[in-house]
Amino acid sequence: MPDVRLPTVLRSHAGGAAVVQADGETIAEVLIWLEATYPGLAGQLRTADGEAHRFVNVYLDDDDVRYLDGLATKVGQDSEVSILPAVAGG
Amino acid sequence: MPEPLVLDRDVYLQVVAHCLDGLPLEACGLLAADPATGRVERCYPTENEAASARVYTVPSRALLRADRDAESRGLILAGVFHSHTHTTAFPSPTDVAQAPDPSWHYVIVGLGEGTPVLRSYRIVGDEVAEEPVALEGMPGRGRG
Repeated sequence: MPDVRLPTVLRSHAGGAAVVQADGETIAEVLIWLEATYPGLAGQLRTADGEAHRFVNVYLDDDDVRYLDGLATKVGQDSEVSILPAVAGG
Repeated sequence: MPEPLVLDRDVYLQVVAHCLDGLPLEACGLLAADPATGRVERCYPTENEAASARVYTVPSRALLRADRDAESRGLILAGVFHSHTHTTAFPSPTDVAQAPDPSWHYVIVGLGEGTPVLRSYRIVGDEVAEEPVALEGMPGRGRG
């Protein structure tokens, strides 16, 4: 069961938890599990097309999954998945 | 009046120095606060991945590193700072549209008027509210 670290802005949708134990063998499956388990997260992580939202960074251990295999990145059972809001502006 | 953003003096100096060092490009970084007091105790100057004088992006790896470091110190990420190289210290439409967290402080250092002007804002939805800034850790002085 991979651990998922949630950013403060999303914790209220997961009962206030900072870390949850999720299910899934890929990043996509983990995100789908999160949305199914915590309906408040629906639309916050993935777009309607099923892509990772560009305002969200998803990491597997130390790496941004954009630089791995994206949502198809395999997740080990002892992996840590971190989600953080993208920080940008003008 | 809203609660002030309380900045440690050293954080204030690091923020302004990083923004000046970044010229002619926008500079950016993250702020970490003690969750009990709200006081900003640490800053994480980062590269501007956008390498632009008009927009900034905090590199995703630096963001993860700062988040973990803050957590290891009992702090939480509580805001972001960046410079406006040619304009005043007021959030741009892009800043408002992309504000990641309504609980964060949005610190802007305006460099468009010659000398740095540091201001802080709350951004909730499309509502922008300036908040006062108070410095702490000033030898021989209290807050203010």
